[in-house]
Amino acid sequence: MILRPHVDDVKIIGYYLGRIILGLGLTMVVPIILGLFLGEVNPVLDFVIGLEVTMIFGLLLTKICSTDKEMGWMHGMIVVSLSWLAATLAGALPLVLSGHWSSYLDACFDAMSGFATTGLTLVENLDHLSYTHNLWRHLIMFIGGQGIVIVALSFLVKGGSGALKMYFGEGRDEKIMPNVINTSRFIWLVSIVFLVLGTLALGLVSLLNGMKPFNSFFHGACIFMAAFDTGGFAPQSQNVLYYHSLPYEIITVIIMILGAINFKLHYHVWMGNRKEIIKNIETITLFVTVFITFFVTAAGLAQTGVYPKALMLLRKGFYQLISGHTGTGYQTLYPSQLINDWNHLSLVALICAMGLGGAVCSTTGAIKMLRVGVIFKALIQDIKRIMMPEKAVVLQKIHHIRGIFLADKQVRAVFLITLAYLLLYGAGAMVGMWYGYPFINSLFESTSAAANVGLSCGVTAVSMPAGLKLTYIAQMWAGRLEFMSIFTLLGFFVAAVKGK
Amino acid sequence: MRKYLIFYFFILSFAFLSLPSTAYAAPLSSDELISNAKGYDGEPVSFAGEVIGDIMFRGAHAWVNINDGESAIGVWMPGELAKKVRFTGSYKFIGDWVEITGVFHRACPEHGGDLDIHAQSIDKISTGRQKTEKFNNEKKNLALFLLGILGLVWILKLLK
Repeated sequence: MILRPHVDDVKIIGYYLGRIILGLGLTMVVPIILGLFLGEVNPVLDFVIGLEVTMIFGLLLTKICSTDKEMGWMHGMIVVSLSWLAATLAGALPLVLSGHWSSYLDACFDAMSGFATTGLTLVENLDHLSYTHNLWRHLIMFIGGQGIVIVALSFLVKGGSGALKMYFGEGRDEKIMPNVINTSRFIWLVSIVFLVLGTLALGLVSLLNGMKPFNSFFHGACIFMAAFDTGGFAPQSQNVLYYHSLPYEIITVIIMILGAINFKLHYHVWMGNRKEIIKNIETITLFVTVFITFFVTAAGLAQTGVYPKALMLLRKGFYQLISGHTGTGYQTLYPSQLINDWNHLSLVALICAMGLGGAVCSTTGAIKMLRVGVIFKALIQDIKRIMMPEKAVVLQKIHHIRGIFLADKQVRAVFLITLAYLLLYGAGAMVGMWYGYPFINSLFESTSAAANVGLSCGVTAVSMPAGLKLTYIAQMWAGRLEFMSIFTLLGFFVAAVKGK
Repeated sequence: MRKYLIFYFFILSFAFLSLPSTAYAAPLSSDELISNAKGYDGEPVSFAGEVIGDIMFRGAHAWVNINDGESAIGVWMPGELAKKVRFTGSYKFIGDWVEITGVFHRACPEHGGDLDIHAQSIDKISTGRQKTEKFNNEKKNLALFLLGILGLVWILKLLK
């Protein structure tokens, strides 16, 4: 028997959702300050309107749903899944008011793409977009990368069981510290320290590359936020190709890799445990999968002959591959070049890299390295079981911060999430084909959306059907939250209709 | 005399026909160049558009990014040519509209495989300007209206 949710359940969800919306609204103050400083009057008004609407809804929700009741696991999961939708709707307001997005749906697409750190975009005339709006595009990647709920956990919600439930609902499998609030604050500390260093490095390279001082550091901050949070937005329409700079590409590769590493690993390295880098199953798996997928990509590109020099092949092939594997989506190629100049072998390798992703408890999406490593180890364990005497007990150990023996229950959970991702990639590809796009283009774009990557082969465009835009929005949402909180939300609606 | 005229006519016709077909053609669009990059690789092309972003001087040369409304393409040119550009497009500026002629590269060996154009000449079609930002009264009125509602909701929230 399914139990119909009680009014108190709705109130708990509404109250916490309201608080998160308030927190999100306050982040709009950052672009307002920059806009006032630069004298961008109308963009400031866009954000003032966005801030006001967000605050009104947040205050109304917290007032109407005011409650002292404890949050349960179900509530936490639903708050998280609804928070991301609310963030998309609110974050899109200043975007659509700018006139650079042709519809509210397009603005929502970019807002979800930003918060989910995907990087696919439907912006028009990006090269004339205000600094205020450009900062917001990259800031939402920074907020989304840390986790919208992490923002609220850090500043607005008191610690306790409620915080813990929302933390796990946001697609994070691990705590770094025993306390979730301290974990959130550590994630912010790491991100802010790298933000300062990354902005300085990119800004100085831009200055040496001949850019104006303000633009150098503004672009540096934006590119850092989108690279570290494995997002993929850029302030100019040519993406990273705009800079025409090898040092710039090298620095962004380093930042993308840092963003794809588990925050728990960052913590242990910061604490002096540097050996963990070479022992950890995630870093080993990342190294192996990057090597294999790059080898196949390079073999495919060598067949095409489009990059006759090794350095060209390395610069173009490796950059797109690392960008795809870490889930960033920075491109130094035009989208149609992927289809016209790359062959199917190199494209399939790139799709595989996108589908695998980075580490758990990082800012990347997709299946993730820990799961890939566990699947590989489980396969070895099963082969050993077949080869050993029937009564032999076969144990398989993995090293992830500490030694862990693989349990069947753990392997089953890993397989389920992996299967869910594969189905999501396939479902999006089928929708693309239904709208008439070729198979490889559909699979590429679908994987990019669902794995929160952002590389595009040209399907994502203002002219694409609204149904496909909605499909990609749903994929980005599901992919970022790793399904469970969305399944809980669906279950809640079913219970509300069919429950007794 | 007539023989000479016919001879010169044939010579000139042959010379004209043997020139690359794009050399005197109208500017190509970025979409045409990017979509058919293989066909234009190594060919002289004309490309026109608005200069956007920063002009990045690198020694005696400079990178100028030109957007024709569809996409922007990086153009590598001698520094003297780049100095002809006065305005570059951004939120507050409309950039100079220029037409460049040069050699198109699908994957430039000199620049790590970038799709680019190495310009030999640049013509300014129109000079850019600073945009005058008009204060949007509709947005201002909406913001004030919402401020009033926000104040009311805030008071409502304070009431137990």
